[in-house]
Order: sequence, then structure tokens, then C-alpha cells
Amino acid sequence: MIFSFDLLINAIVSGILIGGFYAAVTSGVSLSFGILDIVNIAHPAFIILGSYVAYIANATFGIDPIIAAIIAIPLFYVLGAAIYQIYYVSFEKRGQESLRGLAFFFGILFITEVTLVLYFGVDYRYVDARYIGPTLHFGFVDVPLRILVPCLVSLLLITVLQLILTRTFIGRAIMAVAQDQLALRLMAVNPVRIKRIAFGLSIATASLAGAFLIIIQPVEPSVGREYIGRVFAICVLGGMGSLPGTVIAAMLIGIVESLTATFYGPSWAPAVSFGFLLLTLAVRPAGLLGR
Amino acid sequence: MRTPLFLFVWLGIAAAIFGAAIAFGNDYIFFAGYVVMQYVVLSTAWNILGGYCGYVNFGSAAFFALGAYSTVAIYKLITENDFYRMPMPVLMLVGGAVSGLVGFGMGYLTLRLRGAFFAIATLALAVVLQTLVVNWDYVGGSRGAYIMRPEEIAPIGNYIRYLFLMMMLLAVGAVTIARLIEHSRLGYGFATIRDDELAAEACGVPTLKLKLIATTISGALMGMAGAPFPYYISYLQPSSTFGLDYAVNSIAMPLIGGTTSWIGPLVGAVLLGSLQQIATVTISSAVNLLIVGCLLVGFVIVAPNGIVGLVQKYLQRKPEEFVGRRHIETESPETVP
Repeated sequence: MIFSFDLLINAIVSGILIGGFYAAVTSGVSLSFGILDIVNIAHPAFIILGSYVAYIANATFGIDPIIAAIIAIPLFYVLGAAIYQIYYVSFEKRGQESLRGLAFFFGILFITEVTLVLYFGVDYRYVDARYIGPTLHFGFVDVPLRILVPCLVSLLLITVLQLILTRTFIGRAIMAVAQDQLALRLMAVNPVRIKRIAFGLSIATASLAGAFLIIIQPVEPSVGREYIGRVFAICVLGGMGSLPGTVIAAMLIGIVESLTATFYGPSWAPAVSFGFLLLTLAVRPAGLLGR
Repeated sequence: MRTPLFLFVWLGIAAAIFGAAIAFGNDYIFFAGYVVMQYVVLSTAWNILGGYCGYVNFGSAAFFALGAYSTVAIYKLITENDFYRMPMPVLMLVGGAVSGLVGFGMGYLTLRLRGAFFAIATLALAVVLQTLVVNWDYVGGSRGAYIMRPEEIAPIGNYIRYLFLMMMLLAVGAVTIARLIEHSRLGYGFATIRDDELAAEACGVPTLKLKLIATTISGALMGMAGAPFPYYISYLQPSSTFGLDYAVNSIAMPLIGGTTSWIGPLVGAVLLGSLQQIATVTISSAVNLLIVGCLLVGFVIVAPNGIVGLVQKYLQRKPEEFVGRRHIETESPETVP
């Protein structure tokens, strides 16, 4: 292996940029799994759904994928709220969320993927936008705009989410529902309603994350599966529901994956997140910024 | 029923099925039957951990593929060095040992935490093992591996009949093990974990040890189911061996059949497996996977105890109708183990 300084710096920069994108992908899981304790393993499937929504909007109307995703946010919010309602009535209320709730989300993951395969086939789809293609050069460091733009918008998204969680009443109620539902009920707040809103928000982020995904790489229905391990690894490493922790963990995993891909070959990169997940679970289950 | 008698009865049934299949005359029935039997083993194995202990394993495909790829590795080793060809039961034991060990390791790292972590880790395990296999050129890498299936085997004839017979015997073994566990101290321990792990721990049930036993048995059985697979398919490729259909089927079948007893996965696998074999031939394989997904979600929401639960409910309701209109709210007696 030839060690090259240029290569190292470039790998770290692209790792940070990809990490920003991973943060957007994980923010939804941090909300649902980290805060609400709903193990939504179907989240990557919703992200792929977001990619296809952006693709359809881009291919038929020529809308910018990110703008299309922002327009689609209310749709995803309603979808998330509806899924939470089904989940609540069928599993949480009966106290069966552990086994059957997991199977439920697994089934949703599967149905979404197969439906997309049946409708769009397994061809790779991609979008057009002005920032796909050009690359900024800072000395020997290359910054492709197609990764920089999603990274910046993703950081913006997480800032907005963090502000909602810490500054608004609903946001504080969401944080509270994770800690003590009974106390929340004593404050005359309906915990089910708060959870529904939070789950809606978590699925709404999938709309944007999906658009980022299809900007960064071509998408086919089963791409989402590689993100399952990564997303949960980042969520656990970041400390379950802490958004700043999520950003740090996402960038850390992004950097390590990028270094692995540069120096050992890209086919080894998926193993990184799993290694991190196991290591975190074994050494520090509370994560980096655990609550 | 005592276990030896139970085993004997099922061996008799297996012999009858095998005889009927030979009498049927068409070898396609063996190809289709092999898949159904394979699903009986996979769903029974899944249920030992998922149904008895309440821990969801999404990585069935990974354990299955481990068994398959250990066979490929042995096959390569033998053909390159001209060793004596190993009989199928030995290959199954090796595959089972490899998968069992991986199951144990996974369990040791993740089972001390909440159940969800185990589920996520198994999901990630499938992706990572696939990465390893894709990068491992010895077993074919991403190009896949070819396995020469022997045409004939001495007393039985066509090799697919032999594979079917082996898989059916494994299925009988798996069902017997599941039933044995269910009615033993081990099974009661598993049930306490499923119902309330904290209370079980407080009562002195060695939960971690029991969970590790469950993951190891479950993983080993899945690996054994995977070991003959390269000989069945004769061209093994990572993306299909690690495919989501194994994972979804081995979860859907027990949940649709009913998770609380050994009979649930058996019923689910035979019904759903046969349905899929018919649907694959008559409609298309993608549509039949969609059917499985929808059935899974539907059953989980509407009939949490599966087909077995529905039948039990029907049988319990019947006597009351004979008694007449007695409006007494009697809870069905909880079978506390």
C-alpha cells in the first residue's frame, strides 16, 4: 500500500461530506428508534421511496430533486402518522411491539421494495440538476458539488430538527414522551398524539434523505438494504436520539468508510459500519453523546 | 407423546411422503419438495429463537448462506486436492457447526442488551457476511461458484431424490428438537424470557445462557439447511444466497403458522412454501414475494397467534355454543408454564 498524503486528505474530506449525508439518513431513525423506541427498520425503504418521488418529479416536470423533496414532505409526514396509528392500534396498545412490531416493519420494508421492483424494475435511476457534475478544486482537494450540496442541506435539516426539538412545545413534548409518558399525561398532553407527530417527522426526513441519495448515486429498489446496518450503527454510536451525536457519529463512520474504500477497496466499506456497531454495543452501549 | 414415538411417527410420515413422491414419477416434485422442506427447517429454527425466546432474527439468510458457503469451501478444497468426497450428512454437520458458532458469537456480543439490538445486528450481519463472501475469491467471489452435482447415488437413484430425502430427515430432526425443547426445562426457561426477561432474571433464570443456547441451536439448524443448497442449485451466487426471500420467509412462516408451538412453523412452512412453489410456476416470483409480505403484515396485525391460534380459538369457542347462552365472561385459562 502506497501511503499518499493527497489521497488521505481527499479521503477524509469526502468522508466528512458523505457523513453529512449519512446524518440526514439517520436523523429519522434517531427520532423513531432513538427517542420513541420504535424499531423502524423499514426507514431505508422510505428513503428509497423518497428517491423515487424525487426521480418522478425530476423526470416528468424537471423540478430540482431537493425542491421536489421539500414539496413531498407533507405527504411523507401523513404517511408516517398513518403508519404510527396502525402500529399503535395493532401493537403498542396490545403490548406486543417487540416481536410482532418488528415483523410488521420488516413486512413493510419488503412490500415497499417488491412494489418498487414490480413498478420500476431493477434498473438504476438517476436525476438531473445543475450541481450534479461540476467539482470544486481547493489545491489538491476535490469537492464534488453533488455531495457538497446534499451535505449542506442535510446539516440545515438537522439544525432545524434540533431547533424544533429544543425550542418548541411539541419538540419538548417529544423529548418528554421518551422519558415519562405518565408525567406527560399529567401535563394534559396526549402521548399518542405526540408520538404520532414525532413519527411523522421522522418519516418526513426520509423524503429529503431520499432526494440526497439519488443526487449522490443512482438508485435501484434494493439499495436501501445497505443502509440498514449503517443507519442503526450511526444511531447507536451517536447515542440514541441525540442529533448532535448523530452528526458526529455519521461523520466518523463516513471518514472511516472513505479511508477503507480508498486504501482497501470499496467492496470492504459496508463491513465498517457493522464493525462499529458491534464495537459500540460491546464497549460503550450508551454511544458517544448518550442521554 | 414420548419423543421416540413422536420421532418414529414423523419418520413414518416422511417415508410415506418419499414413497408417494417416487410413485408420482416426476422428478420436479423432488425439486419443489426440497424447497418446502428447507423452509420447514428454516422456520422451525427461526422459531426456536423468535417464537420461544421472543428475539427476532432478521439474518436467517446469513446463517443459511454460511452453511451453503462452507459446503462450497469444502468442495473446492476436495476438488483441488483430490480428497475423498465427503458425504452429505458430514457437510451438513460442518455447515451447522459454522453457523452455530457465528450465532453464538453474535449472541454473545448483542444479547446482553435490549432485544432490538440483536435484531438490528442480525440484519447488519447479512450485509457484512455478503461483503466477505463477495471479496473471498476462493469460494467464487461475486462471480459465484459452480458445484458439480453427481448424477446418481447408489441405492436411491437420481441425486435430487437423495437431497430431498436428506432435507426431509433434517426437517423431521428440526421439528423433533423444537418439540423436545418446548416440553423441557429449557423451553420453560425460554418462555420466561419471552414473557418477562427482567422477572425471569430476578427469579434466577440464567437468561444470557439460555439465550445463547437458543441462538446457537437456531443458527446451527439454519446452517444445516444451507449446507446441501449448493448441490441443489449447482450455481451459487452471493446476491441470491443472501437474498431477502430467505429472511422474510423464515419470519413470515412461523408468524403466519403460529409461534408458540412446534406445529406453527411446520404448518406455516408447508402452506406458504407450497403456495409459493405453485405461484412461482403459475404467476411470477416477484409477485409471490409480494404476497408473502402482505400475508405477513396482515397476519401480524389481525391474527397475532397465527393459523394455530385461530384454530385453537375456534376449538375453544365451540363447547360454549353447545352449553347455551351463558353470558359469563370467562377468560380462557392462561397456560402459564
